[in-house]
Amino acid sequence: MDVFLQTLVAGILKGGLYGLIGIGMTLIMGVMGIINLSHGQMMMVAMYVTYVFFHYMGLDPYVTLLISMPSLFLLGMLIQKYLLNPLIRVESILPENQVLMTVGIGMVLTEVARFIFTSNYLSVRTTYSTAAWYIGGISFSQALCIAFGLACTLTLALFLFLIKTDLGRSIRAVSQDAEAAELLGVNSDRIKVITMGIGAALVAAAGTLLLPIYYLFPDIGGPFTRKAFVITILGGLGSTVGAIFGGVTLGLAEAFGATYIGMDFEDMIGLIIFLLVLVFLPGGIKTLTKV
Amino acid sequence: MKRSYGPLLLLICLAVFPLIVRDQYYQHLMILVLMWAAIGAGWNLISGYTGQVLFGAACFFGVGAYTAALLLHKLEISAWWGLPLGAVVSVALAFPFGWICFRLRGPYFALATLALNEILRHIATIWESLTEGMVGILVMQTFVSKAPYYYIALVLAIASVVIVDKVMKSRFGYYFVSIREDQDAAESMGINTTFYKMVSLCLSAVLIGLAGALYTNYMGFIDPHVVFSLHNISIMAILVGIVGGVGTVYGPAVGAFIMVVIDELFRSGGFGLLAALGKTMQWPFMESVTKYVSQAHTLVFGILVIVVILYLPNGVVGDWELVKKKIFFWKRQTV
Repeated sequence: MDVFLQTLVAGILKGGLYGLIGIGMTLIMGVMGIINLSHGQMMMVAMYVTYVFFHYMGLDPYVTLLISMPSLFLLGMLIQKYLLNPLIRVESILPENQVLMTVGIGMVLTEVARFIFTSNYLSVRTTYSTAAWYIGGISFSQALCIAFGLACTLTLALFLFLIKTDLGRSIRAVSQDAEAAELLGVNSDRIKVITMGIGAALVAAAGTLLLPIYYLFPDIGGPFTRKAFVITILGGLGSTVGAIFGGVTLGLAEAFGATYIGMDFEDMIGLIIFLLVLVFLPGGIKTLTKV
Repeated sequence: MKRSYGPLLLLICLAVFPLIVRDQYYQHLMILVLMWAAIGAGWNLISGYTGQVLFGAACFFGVGAYTAALLLHKLEISAWWGLPLGAVVSVALAFPFGWICFRLRGPYFALATLALNEILRHIATIWESLTEGMVGILVMQTFVSKAPYYYIALVLAIASVVIVDKVMKSRFGYYFVSIREDQDAAESMGINTTFYKMVSLCLSAVLIGLAGALYTNYMGFIDPHVVFSLHNISIMAILVGIVGGVGTVYGPAVGAFIMVVIDELFRSGGFGLLAALGKTMQWPFMESVTKYVSQAHTLVFGILVIVVILYLPNGVVGDWELVKKKIFFWKRQTV
């Protein structure tokens, strides 16, 4: 029973972070209508930013959030403005050239990171990295709990932003119907640039929060990109609420898979869920909750 | 009607190539070009003509490669039987996959193929009793010289170009293109889109699977990270397609040539020219430059994706007029 509960806790805590990754992707998906296959690589960049500030200036990773999020916001905006937006006007046979473009961007980010930091594994070790709180026989990793809390706060802030502010309303309008929004005076190009920035900033937060309990190397982006799209499909495309459920589901599935089937299968489970969802529930959780 | 002798001439050049160029290294490169031309043709059929982007070409490639290797490894049957069988197994994989995933459209189908690729790589890694896992499988090469492999690859490449050409000139070709242009319209015209997408996918799987089986026979060694590689196979296949020209018959062959040359140019540091330059000019920093250049080949791939999509969205063959114009323009300016 303890093993079960421990797995449950680990899965939910991890799921909170996955939710943060998924929300960024699903926002981009909703507004741009593309899957951002460089999402994990953006997270990797944020992790390196965090690492640099921790290693050379001794900044606490949680303080670095204030640096990594804005810098990735900027990176996302630049990518959208100069690489993805121009593509809308390019005549091409292949309709998915924006998605292919994100693959290219991801490769460039990975390789640039490899040039600067080499392929070595790096990690950020803080006092709370390995510490844990105990309730009953179950341990709660401190770093994961803090990360979970911050992830929830950020998600809440995002929801408030999307619901209450003008900009948030514009984003939702573009995501529902870009043409109609443009007719009503929303500059959809600008909204796309901002959305990409927000998506990148969210995944940057996830990366920074994950770093104290994880390790870091240039190729780490790929697996997280895959996780992000599994979460997005699981939650339903463009649904932010769905992304949270999707994140927690994936976190739980990975934790239980690792405990009861074997560590080897941890990465595969997400992909199998992905295919199962595509077959049996093509709209994702969104079709069940209608949000 | 004006007959074009271009293809015939090219064919003769290709046929006598190994007789003229004796260097094993260049023969090896040409074999790779021909293999990639076959893979590119397969990718182009489903992605370029039918419009269903295949992100995970490596799944068919790897399945073909593993079929050939396992025949020898487990059943002691010559790995050459892997060529026909690899194609059959690829189709056996493509069929249920297409059945399930063709209800998805656009990017979602692309992602599903990506997921399939990853799943197969994990299976090949984990199922050690069958595939030897990360240790990989060693297959003794049949021929010492490269020439036989060259001709087999040549036959495969030509066959794939001819098949794509014939298919695209038949009724099927028009159905494929109509699905790419507007799936709903195609369906309302009475085209069974799922069936024709399936035909297209299975044909692609055959071509890519054959190339995979050839790879095993030629290279003599495979492991999951080589044949199911996302970067080196799947992305390379996409690059071959888009650099050469999406939805053109000769595009993938041209793309294969360009990509293999670029890949090798960077991997070998400009075919050893950079190192030689450093030696003759006594520049000690050339050594580190060479090292960086050879490390940069994936980076160059990424930059190439970005540049090609932005400026040559239909590839060298598809945008040939544009390429010509740009080059002429450039010439006029320098004069």
